[in-house]
Amino acid sequence: MELLIASAIGIMTAAGIYLVLRLRTLPVILGISLLTYAVNVFLFTSGRVTIGAPPVLRDNITTYTDPLPQALVLTAIVISFGMTAVVVMIGLGAFLGSDDDHVDDRPALPDDGSEGTS
Amino acid sequence: MSLFFIVALPFFGALLPGLMNAAGRSACAGVTFTVTLAAFIGLLSNLPTVLAGDVVMARVDWMPALGLNFTLMLDGLGFFFALLILGIGLLIIAYARQYLSRADNMGEFFTYLLLFQGAMVGIVLSDNILLLLIFWELTSLSSFLLIGYWKHLPAGRQGARMALTVTGMGGLAMIGGMLILGQIVGSYDLSVILQNRDLIQADPLYVPALILILLGCFTKSAQFPFHFWLPHAMAAPTPVSAYLHSATMVKAGIFLMARMWPVLSGTTEWFVIVTTAGLITMVLGAVIALFKHDLKALLAFSTVSHLGLITMLLGTGTAFGAMAAVFHILNHATFKAALFMSAGIIDHEAHTRDIRRLGGLRRLMPVTYMIVSLAALSMAGIPLLNGFLSKEMMLEEANHTVLFNSPWLVPILATIGSLFSAAYCFRLISHVFFGPVRDDYPAKPHDPGAGMWLPPALLIIPVVGIGVAPFMAEPFVKLVTAAVLGNAAEMPSAHLKIWHGLVPALYMSIVAVVGGLAMLAIFKPALRLWENTPRPEAKVIFEAIVEGAARLAQLSILPLHNGAFTRYAAIGIITIVVAGYYAWTTGTLGAPTHALQETSPVLIAGWGMLVAATIGMVFLHRNRFLSLILIGIVGLMVSIGFVFLSAPDLAMTQFTVEVVTIILMLLALNFLPNRTPIESTVLRRLRDAAVAIGGGLASFALAYHYMLRDPVATSISEFHLANSYKGGGGTNVVNVILVDFRGFDTFGEIIVLSIAALLIYALTETLLKGRVGAKLLNRKPDQPQAGGVHPMMMVVLTRGMMPVVMMVGFFIFLSGHNEPGGGFIAGLIVSIGVVMQYMASGFAWTSTRLKYPYHGVIGAGVLVAGLTGIGSWFVGKPFLTSDFTYVRIPPFEKFELATAALFDLGVFLSVVGAVMLSLESFSRLARRAGMTESLHPMDIDPSRGDDAPLSPLKEGV
Repeated sequence: MELLIASAIGIMTAAGIYLVLRLRTLPVILGISLLTYAVNVFLFTSGRVTIGAPPVLRDNITTYTDPLPQALVLTAIVISFGMTAVVVMIGLGAFLGSDDDHVDDRPALPDDGSEGTS
Repeated sequence: MSLFFIVALPFFGALLPGLMNAAGRSACAGVTFTVTLAAFIGLLSNLPTVLAGDVVMARVDWMPALGLNFTLMLDGLGFFFALLILGIGLLIIAYARQYLSRADNMGEFFTYLLLFQGAMVGIVLSDNILLLLIFWELTSLSSFLLIGYWKHLPAGRQGARMALTVTGMGGLAMIGGMLILGQIVGSYDLSVILQNRDLIQADPLYVPALILILLGCFTKSAQFPFHFWLPHAMAAPTPVSAYLHSATMVKAGIFLMARMWPVLSGTTEWFVIVTTAGLITMVLGAVIALFKHDLKALLAFSTVSHLGLITMLLGTGTAFGAMAAVFHILNHATFKAALFMSAGIIDHEAHTRDIRRLGGLRRLMPVTYMIVSLAALSMAGIPLLNGFLSKEMMLEEANHTVLFNSPWLVPILATIGSLFSAAYCFRLISHVFFGPVRDDYPAKPHDPGAGMWLPPALLIIPVVGIGVAPFMAEPFVKLVTAAVLGNAAEMPSAHLKIWHGLVPALYMSIVAVVGGLAMLAIFKPALRLWENTPRPEAKVIFEAIVEGAARLAQLSILPLHNGAFTRYAAIGIITIVVAGYYAWTTGTLGAPTHALQETSPVLIAGWGMLVAATIGMVFLHRNRFLSLILIGIVGLMVSIGFVFLSAPDLAMTQFTVEVVTIILMLLALNFLPNRTPIESTVLRRLRDAAVAIGGGLASFALAYHYMLRDPVATSISEFHLANSYKGGGGTNVVNVILVDFRGFDTFGEIIVLSIAALLIYALTETLLKGRVGAKLLNRKPDQPQAGGVHPMMMVVLTRGMMPVVMMVGFFIFLSGHNEPGGGFIAGLIVSIGVVMQYMASGFAWTSTRLKYPYHGVIGAGVLVAGLTGIGSWFVGKPFLTSDFTYVRIPPFEKFELATAALFDLGVFLSVVGAVMLSLESFSRLARRAGMTESLHPMDIDPSRGDDAPLSPLKEGV
């Protein structure tokens, strides 16, 4: 099982990185989302994986999975929603403003050195 | 008054001018004057102690572990400089009130001035050298603001930048020097350092420390070769020039040399470096000053020259030299401040400072003429004025100084310096005030009101007073000199007097004055010669150096940092992988502590879907709509994985977040192109694939090995499990951690989420107001629109679901403390319920039914959470301490009331507000694009009765 989870993390990371290296905003944002999944799952597994032992206290039960990574990942999921929304908004604003959704700057024009260094 | 107040008054007072700005210019200047006067009186209240030869101390421990303490010390030297800073400061404030025009923001000016004043007072009263360094840097910063006060003038900006660069660099060097000094002595307290002359001078690090400290002093006091910034700083308003360049900022370097004199002076290195620099500066400054046509430039170079003179006197290392230096500091401050202010008066009245356009002002401006003449003659070294006395002492000292084994070098150069000094003083008087009255002044010059000429006139009193009766100043000068000397040298027995007999210094003086007059006579040919002599222009060199540094930075940064996001990402990923690989190969890997767990077919099926969707995204990402569906699958499988792996809270959160994220992306995709074109070459895709596979393998290896081993240190999780019910009153440990154990983190997180939502709102507003808004209005959708925008079936369904969703949300919120759920999840669920109404009946219909703006919901959430936290203060507990109790209201069962639930309510509200505000902002963009907006809940409504046409072709959402 650990192998499956680890490979899922690896595959999501690889796909996320590949998409992040694309040239347009939407693939890059989706790539970041994939990376977010991978990172969240990875953080989650830092509590080691356990089946059928949710950290909800019950009488006569003594094994629980590690609650701490869960609490951290929970807020991470919500925050990453906020960040995705902001990035989407910025990407959208950039596209609407310039009719261009490239993530890279165009090659810089020669510096006109306006006020420069003096 | 306590020394703390003297230093703190200007800083706190700096808040006042800005506040008083609206009350008028006089109020603004008045409050500044009052603050300075209070500090001045406070200083004077310490005079008796200082006169008695005692040192006033004040101490507060700040960071004792670092040796940085707020220790202040007031001795003769500190008193002398503080007196100059505050005393001349008072005159400058009065003068600036008249000088600044209505267009200038007076509050801003006086704020900067007070900041600067505080920093200067801080320097001269510091006992701790680290504290001194802080004030030292503050003077650099505040003087930058003052010099660049006229922001609209390029010269002002450039001058300010140059001053900051030069003095800032010197300050950096000085930090190094001071740290070395502190290391040698083992204390950063000046009073201790000053007792350890032998220890410091015997240390092998003495020379590096000396050079670094002197770099700081020389840059600040504009000594050769750093003299060039001072004249460029003359672009500042005249009150600034008069203040910074007569009495204060440039004297800071001198002050420090005097302060450090007992421990640093007396060695060959000190003598050679300081005397030579001072001598060169003195001669060079005087020669350049003679040929400057701008009054302020002339005075600036003259200041450079006089600072050189003082530096040279300190460099000789004799007690007599130190006394002469102290005396000249006093004299120079008086006549130079008067001259700067007078130059400002001339500029103010004649509208030019160019000497070539002036002349004959003697009759037009008699008062100014008197002031300038007396001050300039004093500067030239004419008897019965104070400049004569100290210059005479300087020449006397020069006569005894043997530099580079030559007994003639110093006296001759000193005489030449004095000669040019006298020459520019005479030129100043004769070319500005004498000669015929002209008729082409840019304005009609006349004497200004008393408010303007009184401050310089007051300074003429000591110029003449000390000049006529030097014995009056003698006790004070000797008091200060004693403070400079410390216990490193005996007090010189010499007295301050006008007539020393027929000594060589007198002849040198005569030569200087006569030579100066002769120079004035041959000024025109000399000027032609000067103008035809090629010489390096410091500003050009400085700019070339800065330009070169900037180019070097560009060369080293631009190849990596060229604006291509993909490049940064690739570099970052490769770096991380390589660093990880290095750690992997060099570290040790412990044996696995967990056995691999069994795999079930269900798990493999889930894994298969996740992997298929992920890989599908890579290959199908050019179809953007499809890739959104695929990422939905990935998210869903992750949620299911969380359920499977004992994390119900995470699963619920992930699932609900997934829904809102996809809605948000769909809204955005409405405006973005639907396909990603192929742009990258095959080679590039292969490269990216290689990077991606490398990163994937690395994270796989890390995750796999990580999962099978226990952490090195014991986890704190056990604590949470053990205390969740006892301490937090809840059985859902994850929720108790969120709202109780780590409540402060959660508080921060909901604030971040709220800020993100507000940011989205602000961006939308900006977009809609600008060019983009107009474009959106005229947008033609790239896809055909569906016929029924608000279909009846969907409307009916969502209306029916709304109460159910609300109930589920409420239940999940309430049960969250003990069962999976809580504020985050409940917030997301309720948001989805509301979003469904938007989707079914459109933006306009829904928002007219909206009672509370989402900003308010966000604010209420953060406030509720914050106030819950603050509530614990009232029972004397730290922020966000929670409490709970069990109550029983018949006929219900016993239930729990916890303050954490209140906190969770805050979380709930902020999440609802933030999610809704984000989505609403996105749909507002779309709404603008829609031509007609139906206010009806659905397109076809039998109850409406009217034959509503099958909605005119609507565009947008």
